[in-house]
Parts: sequence; structure tokens; C-alpha cells
Amino acid sequence: MPDPRFKILTSASTSGPGDAGRTGSWRVERPIIDYSKCTPAKTGRHTCHLCWLYCPDSTVSKDLEPQIDLEYCKGCSICAEECPTGAISMVSEEEFTGGDKDE
Amino acid sequence: MNNSFIESGNVAAALAVKLASAEVIAAYPITPQTPVTEKLSEMITLGEMDAEYIAVESEHSALGVCIGAASAGARSFTATSSNGLLYMSEQLHWAAGARLPMVMCVVNRGVGAPWSVWNDHQDAISQRDAGWIQVFAKDHQEIVDMTIKAFRLAELVHIPVMVNYDGYYLSHTYMPFELPKAEDVKAFLPDYEYKHTLNPERPESLNTVTLPDARVDINGVKRPGYMEVRKNLHDEMRLAMVVWEEIDADYHKSFGRGGNPICDPYCCDDAEFILVAMGSLANQFHDVVDQLREEGYKVGVLALQMYRPFPTSHIAKILQPAKSVLVFEKGLSYGNQGALYADLKSALYPYPARPTLHNFITGLGGREIRTENLYQSVKDTCLNEETLKPEHIDTPQWIGLQL
Repeated sequence: MPDPRFKILTSASTSGPGDAGRTGSWRVERPIIDYSKCTPAKTGRHTCHLCWLYCPDSTVSKDLEPQIDLEYCKGCSICAEECPTGAISMVSEEEFTGGDKDE
Repeated sequence: MNNSFIESGNVAAALAVKLASAEVIAAYPITPQTPVTEKLSEMITLGEMDAEYIAVESEHSALGVCIGAASAGARSFTATSSNGLLYMSEQLHWAAGARLPMVMCVVNRGVGAPWSVWNDHQDAISQRDAGWIQVFAKDHQEIVDMTIKAFRLAELVHIPVMVNYDGYYLSHTYMPFELPKAEDVKAFLPDYEYKHTLNPERPESLNTVTLPDARVDINGVKRPGYMEVRKNLHDEMRLAMVVWEEIDADYHKSFGRGGNPICDPYCCDDAEFILVAMGSLANQFHDVVDQLREEGYKVGVLALQMYRPFPTSHIAKILQPAKSVLVFEKGLSYGNQGALYADLKSALYPYPARPTLHNFITGLGGREIRTENLYQSVKDTCLNEETLKPEHIDTPQWIGLQL
């Protein structure tokens, strides 16, 4: 047991959204899911969900139509890379902001 | 007296680690540390010791395993020497910054290049700023006692402890020592519990990246940033000196050995000239002191057992009244002076009455340290003290050079 006179400061965190701030602002490309190709959405069954599993920031929900939390999605495109049916495409953020990067 | 042994320093260390009930041992063999790991693996194989011995491919991995094991709540131990310690360097800083209690024996050896398997202190000295507590044993009994006490210190203050002892002079020579009884050590050393023990029920990311500023976590609690974590390590390393003295007092009560766990004076009370050294060299100086005392010189020797944290006020209290202090060391900060000398000088600086200081470098790479050479160096300084120029005094003098 540590001596009570010692504070023993370390850096530790429990998991949860936003421990490194709103990382969605880092994103250059946005993942867009085509539910007509997405396995859970197509089959109506909780299967595949590789995007949910691989997302390093836990921004993908485990719904039949997976949702991406754009507050925290950094746009790393791992989900698009891992999706076995090619349902996720990366679209430039400019498409959504009309070219205004300072939105 | 069935707990008395005559064995090598390495075996003394291994037996102390067994008594301390270390649970995970990961080490990579390197001269002159090898017999420690051999003895530990032998005791584990024979079922005499209940621990996991993890064979690794390098010292970097050895300390990595200890970091993992200590994080999971296991009492961990490793040992190394010389370039092996340097190969661990990155992990040394990690273990300290993560505040992981563990003990490592460093069997001190010169650092290459050029290769030397023989003793000096450059390995440990070069790692003095890694955030580990560093203690130096003078003899086999101290190796045993210090190793057991080191586990308790590490676990109380959550800072890793390096127990240093001289390669060959202590590691491979045979000396008598006593071992405490296993059940008494169990009572002295409670079970290990890490503050952040890994637990699947309570997942945590440990030693996560810090941004330059302290920040509020997801629960709204302001968490320490890098600077706060580092300041706390420094403050608590200083406080660890107090705990080390408390542990020693308790050890003395339980086992009858101890007193002066930070620096150990011999004939220093009325001494005009005080010699300072670490490790076995400090014991060698007893003969020099005895001889010079017979000749009427008021000489004493101060053995420094704790090098980090540096016991500034302990040292100043003992050395300040002396006329002159002679620091003998087996390692230096290249391009400056002996590392111990420079530390000691800075410890004395705030005091109005300061002794003059002399620095001697000796025994690098196992160069024989002849007692008569030590005697002559001390005597010359005693005789010529008044005539030496300040710049001469502040320049390290090398003892035993052959070219």
C-alpha cells in the first residue's frame, strides 16, 4: 500500500467521449455510409459491425444503420478501409462546408 | 547461527530477492550480473521460489516485462550491468514516470567503448536523472538488507529503486552475511498493491498523452498535466529519504541491523579531512583512515549509500565542519568533473562556512585501486592543503594512471 503522505500523480484516464477534446474538428474527410451496401442494414441482423470494432475513437454506433459521431470522428478512414462491402466512402469536408474551411 | 552464509554478492542479492517474495523476474544475462539471474532461475526451477521467470531477448524487454508485471500488481525484479542498463534507459524513465514500484540490482561495471567487463560506477551515474531512487551497497550484508528494504521503499513511495553494488569487488567475492528468517521478512514487507492495478472491471488508460496544459477529464475533474506529474515525482523523491530512514529504523527493530541508511560516517566527528566514496571503496578507506589516525591526522570517511535522491542536508551537516573534503569516485560527468563531486559541491554552496573540496577519479574499468595510492593521495592533500591553488583544487586528479 502506498504511504498516505504521497500523492503519486500519474496521467490516467477512463474511457469516454472527449478526453482529448472535440477531435471532430481535425477531420479533413467525412465517412459516409451507403446503407444499401451495409451488411447489418441490408440483412436487418447484428452482424459484421467491423466499422464499430475498428474505429479507434469509438465513434461508430452498433445500430443496424450504424451512425458516426461527427463530434469526435477524426476522419482517419479506417472504417472505410475495413468495410468488406465497400459501403463507406470518404468525402471531402469541403463538400459539406461549400469550400469554407473556417466554418 | 544457521542463517549465516558465506557466498558471493550475487547470490546474496538473489537470496534477498527470494526472501522478498518477488513474483515476476525478467532479466537478460550480462557480466557481472549473470549469477544473480542464474541463481534466481535455479531456485524457481527447483520449486524453492514461487515466481515467474520470464526469459527475454534484451534488457529493454526485461524492464518492459517488469513494467507490465508491476502494472498488473505483481512484485517485480530485474538485474543488469553496464550497457545493459543503458539499453533499458528509455524504460527506466517510463517506470519512474509511471510511478511503478520495482527493484533492480545494478552490478556496476564500466560502460563501453572501449569494452570493459570490470567495475566502475559510470553505468549508474549516467542514469542518475531517470527518476529512480539509487542506493549503493558497501558489502554483502548491505546487499541483502538494502534489497529487502528497497522493495518496501519502492512500494510505499511508488518509485522504482536501483540497488547498486560493485561488479567483482562485491558480486564475485565471497563474504559472510546473515539472512533474516522468511516469516520475519513477510511480516516486514506487506503484500504489494499498486495504486493503478490493471483491472478489467475498471478499465483505465495509463500514462496517457498529456497536452502542455493540465486539463479537465470527462468527469469534470482537473487532471495533472506533464509538469504537475514531474514536479510530484521530484517532491516525492525528496520525501522518499524520510521514508527510507523510517524503513531502516523498522528494519533495525526487526532484524538488529541498520542505522545511517543514507550516509554512514566513520571517524567523522572530529575529522578535519573527510573522504567521501560510494560502494566498496568506502570500506577500503577504513584502512587508510586507521593508518592516518595512527600518524596523528584527523581523518574520517563518509560512505554515501543514497545517491538519488541526493541527501543534501545530511551531507552538509556532516561535511560542513571539516577543513577539507576529498571525494573519490569511479565515474564522472565527462567534460566537467566527478558527478558526485559536483553534486556535493552544490550541496555545500549555500552554507557560509564551507570546507575546501578535492576530486579524485579512480578505478575506472576495473583499474586496481591500491590502498597505498589512496593513502598517499589523502596524505599529500593533508600536507599541501595550504599551498594548493583553487583551480588546481577544483580539477579532478586521476589516481593510478599508467601512461
